[in-house]
Amino acid sequence: MTGLLDSLGLAQSAELLSLSPPGWGGNLLRGLSHSLQIAFGAYALGLVIGLFGAYGKLYGGKVTRDLLAIYTTVIRAVPELVLILILYYVGSDIINKISAAMGGGRVEVNGVAAGIWVLGVVQGAYATEILRGAIQAVPPGQIEAAKSFGMPAFMTMRRVTIPAMMSFAVPGLANLWLIATKDTALLAVVGFNELTLETRQAASSTRAYFTFFLAAGFLYLVVTLCSGGVFARIEKWARRGQPSLKGGSR
Amino acid sequence: MDTAKAVTPADDASASQEAIKVEDLHKSFGKLEVLKGVSLTAHKGDVVAIIGGSGSGKSTMLRSINFLETPSSGRITIGGELVEMHADGSPSNRRQIERIRTRLAMVFQQFNLWTHRTLLENVIEVPVHVLKVPKAQAIKRAHELLERVGLGDKADTYPAYLSGGQQQRAAIARALAVDPSVMLFDEPTSALDPELVGEVLTVIRDLAAEGRTMLLVTHEMKFAREVANHVVYLYQGCIEEQGSPAEVFGNPKSERLKQFLSSVT
Ligand SMILES: Nc1ncnc2c1ncn2[C@@H]1O[C@H](COP(=O)(O)OP(=O)(O)OP(=O)(O)O)[C@@H](O)[C@H]1O
Ligand SMILES: [Mg+2]
Repeated sequence: MTGLLDSLGLAQSAELLSLSPPGWGGNLLRGLSHSLQIAFGAYALGLVIGLFGAYGKLYGGKVTRDLLAIYTTVIRAVPELVLILILYYVGSDIINKISAAMGGGRVEVNGVAAGIWVLGVVQGAYATEILRGAIQAVPPGQIEAAKSFGMPAFMTMRRVTIPAMMSFAVPGLANLWLIATKDTALLAVVGFNELTLETRQAASSTRAYFTFFLAAGFLYLVVTLCSGGVFARIEKWARRGQPSLKGGSR
Repeated sequence: MDTAKAVTPADDASASQEAIKVEDLHKSFGKLEVLKGVSLTAHKGDVVAIIGGSGSGKSTMLRSINFLETPSSGRITIGGELVEMHADGSPSNRRQIERIRTRLAMVFQQFNLWTHRTLLENVIEVPVHVLKVPKAQAIKRAHELLERVGLGDKADTYPAYLSGGQQQRAAIARALAVDPSVMLFDEPTSALDPELVGEVLTVIRDLAAEGRTMLLVTHEMKFAREVANHVVYLYQGCIEEQGSPAEVFGNPKSERLKQFLSSVT
């Protein structure tokens, strides 16, 4: 084994990537774990914002709709890197102002929480649009049928509208998840030690740029591939009851 | 079904005979006045057929009864209970309208089954989640109902894998599952291929024979004549003529009704 790696000139890389110091593999995996935590949290927050946003845009009053229009337009117009800088610094500034007003000192903003908040707000804007489109694609007759049987509005949303819109929403939501995992890399600019920042640190201290960025790329690829598998299953479930275009049975 | 009947409070004698009472119902869409003061009473056990040309307001009238459309004005009384309305016609008591809707089961022209649920799940949905019937009991009843409409072997099939006639029969089973006091049918066979119409009409005929109260919008004149005990002819948002099937079909008085009948038969 060592002989083979030696002959390929990879022994050094293997050493650099080993999980225990002096290898940097552990750092990379820790970075990945942070990235995934933020991606999960931001995605979940984004879905909640998106659901409220979609219902607000479809059924809300004029003020609600206007506010949501501003939200989705601005968030989708401004580059994400800029938004992250704005939301991060504005967010921590507000927290510190509140803390000062209540007589407290400077608050150290938790990196994961800040990342989730910043990316979640960005994700929410896209999720709002995806879910709004999906809800509109549900045949109105199905919602009307629920109403005609006396089903209350919230139960109709939970039992009819959301399950029925899933098949329309899942492809878009799968994309959004992949964007979430990759957008975590942008948090490097605010000094958060997610995968990209960990990689850069490892690379610059060892000068083995190629090795580390290739390894990081590989990790992102693994995440994407696993997500693809998971979303394929979710999509199959969401499409239950719909004959596939290729024909064949259930 | 019998057990469910036993739980409903005993209706008082006179009002209970009036299953549905519609008084002076008006409905406009913007400037277009679609219903111009319609009044109609259906007693328990009545089968009322509503006929009329396209655009005469039949669907609008039927949908107004369970407030899928908001009437512009008028009074609607269901099983002796007056539906509370705002001045603009919208129901003012959400709980009341939801409760009343559970007693009025609607069967739609386009079936409107929930496509992400199997037939069994469609049939137990409202009993379990809205009426809070124990699930095991709802499932047992759903199997009986599916059996009754000839779909006993399709309980685990999704609607998209069924013919229109089968879907409509499943929709009827779904409606029966709430043990409705009145069934509202809006052209239940108009979306079906001619050879599938018969199987659905057979089911409806059975329901009529067992004394169910029904309001039935239909273009099937022969069928209306056969199952209805009261026929209402709508013309441009007004009831132009009504009476027993023998009178309306056998001896129509209004010129418009005569013309209508000759055009559809
Ligand atoms: N949501 C709506 N908005 C505006 N106009 C409507 C709406 N629904 C119905 N209408 C109009 O109201 C009139 C009556 O419609 P309705 O559906 O009650 O007719 P119908 O008697 O059921 O006809 P059909 O036999 O074609 O089903 C029509 O002129 C129709 O265009
Ligand atoms: Mg109609």
